[in-house]
Amino acid sequence: MILSRAARMTLRCVMALGLTVIYIPLFVVLVNSFNADRAFGWPPSGFTTHWWTQALNNDGARTAVLTSVKAGLGACALALTLGTMAAFAVQRYKFFGRDTISLLVVLPIALPGIVTGIALSNAFQVTLQPLGIGLGLFTVIVGHATFCIVTVYNNVLARLRRMGTNVEEASADLGADTFQTFRYVTFPLLRSALLAGGLLAFALSFDEIIVTTFTAGPGVQTLPIWIFDNLFRPNQAPVVNVVAAVLIVASVIPIYLAQRLSGEASAH
Amino acid sequence: MPAPAVRLHDLRKSFGDVTAVSGIDLDIHDGEFFSMLGPSGSGKTTVLRMIAGFERPTGGTIELAGRDVTRLAPFDRDVNTVFQDYALFPHMSVLQNVEYGLKVKRVRRTERRERALEALGSVRLEGFAERRPAQLSGGQRQRVALARALVNEPKVLLLDEPLGALDLKLREEMQIELKEIQRRVGITFLFVTHDQEEALTMSDRIAVFNNGAIEQVGTPAEVYERPASAFVAGFVGTSNLIGGVSVRPEKIHVDTQPEGPAQGDRQALGTIAEVVYAGAVTRFVVDLEDGGRVVALQQNQQTSSMDVMRLRGSRVRLGWKSVHEYRTPQED
Repeated sequence: MILSRAARMTLRCVMALGLTVIYIPLFVVLVNSFNADRAFGWPPSGFTTHWWTQALNNDGARTAVLTSVKAGLGACALALTLGTMAAFAVQRYKFFGRDTISLLVVLPIALPGIVTGIALSNAFQVTLQPLGIGLGLFTVIVGHATFCIVTVYNNVLARLRRMGTNVEEASADLGADTFQTFRYVTFPLLRSALLAGGLLAFALSFDEIIVTTFTAGPGVQTLPIWIFDNLFRPNQAPVVNVVAAVLIVASVIPIYLAQRLSGEASAH
Repeated sequence: MPAPAVRLHDLRKSFGDVTAVSGIDLDIHDGEFFSMLGPSGSGKTTVLRMIAGFERPTGGTIELAGRDVTRLAPFDRDVNTVFQDYALFPHMSVLQNVEYGLKVKRVRRTERRERALEALGSVRLEGFAERRPAQLSGGQRQRVALARALVNEPKVLLLDEPLGALDLKLREEMQIELKEIQRRVGITFLFVTHDQEEALTMSDRIAVFNNGAIEQVGTPAEVYERPASAFVAGFVGTSNLIGGVSVRPEKIHVDTQPEGPAQGDRQALGTIAEVVYAGAVTRFVVDLEDGGRVVALQQNQQTSSMDVMRLRGSRVRLGWKSVHEYRTPQED
């Protein structure tokens, strides 16, 4: 498409403005984590690593990070297992209600978190409480998995569709049993899709706050909930800033990897 | 007498209400180049996929060298397939692709490398071992697929329209090459194609498929010269119906001097309605005086396009020999 000079300039400005609105605040958070001024006065009054030391020694923050990592990994593992299986079922087999299943698997990502949260909280209390399982890390993981499945499911489904069944037939034809075919052909071809789906699932779980609030119970605090609780305590604000800065850096890595993996796959 | 390489007995396959294959009996001999020829949807590929083990027959049996394999999984059958789209493993190198069958059968690394390189050599791809399939041309991929199957030394090699994706020139080269390879390795080749010329060129015997059944099995010459049904006559080559008998276009001599001496013991008079000049040959469409239309094919040995194009509208005498006539059972 050929654009006029004026149009090109306008579009460039709009894009610059958009990116500025997104990234300047994040940049400010990073800078403020080293800002010597406790009230985050601008421009920064001096450079300090005091907040970073304080954050590293903050038990609440450290426990919260650990809890979030556990929840993320748990939800990710559950999503990888169930999402992959669902994708295989829908892509490789014909059965009654296949389209409905597909829709039902994808739906939770679109449901408002508050609805999922309330529904799961009620359900857990009715079914698990009598069994002696209270709200806790386990229920958080299950809650997160309900919508994390979608990212894995979609990635694997798309890959299976493009892969077709030919290479698996070729493998069986060359004498490989079902397990060998999965190990040498299906899994290697799925690997990048699984990684991309898993990273997204982890990222979704890691910053989730609404469903977590309803499914965590009193004793369990994930990082987003810890941040939310401490945000308005003046004492903790600088530490929250450091944690936020860490999260920004930590988020860049999986998203960058996921994007590169999807890009690589479509370049085949 | 040894058991045939492949024996199909009353083989049937339905997909829901649709009958794809309706009761096929067929023996394919050891070391034969056998083609299954038919239009798309005639059931030939389904038969191939049942022999490979990808489809389970609705009824009947499949024997490979006397052993009933009807219910066995693909990996328990001593056959290998060259797929229409080659189905090479995109994440493996050419060498790894060719080695694959030996690897899953736990052949030692040094031996399988040696055999894979030898197989690559036999399809003239020695220098391509480390390439990925995506870096190869269509013809090269085709040869990798062939090497990947042949390295396993199967009893029967199944080929599912393997030349379909190649351009004409490459296809003709590969036809000759495939035939040479088959002669060299002595493996039974079972070749599926919808291209009658391909089947006639390469095969020892041909089975002509129509509507899920076999219309005729025979050598290329038998199928061409003595077609068993009107369908075979029409599908394999062109066929002219003159007064209740059929004659192939190239057997009919076109004589531009209707009063001259006769060629062959059968004659008919007509007018040239159309002249199609095709380089090596010219196709004349002739309206007969007794009614009906006939196609005659003449080699352009003495003539050129200038000469033959002028002939449209001229009165001609057609002549042929009665030995070249054949009758096909009329279909209901």
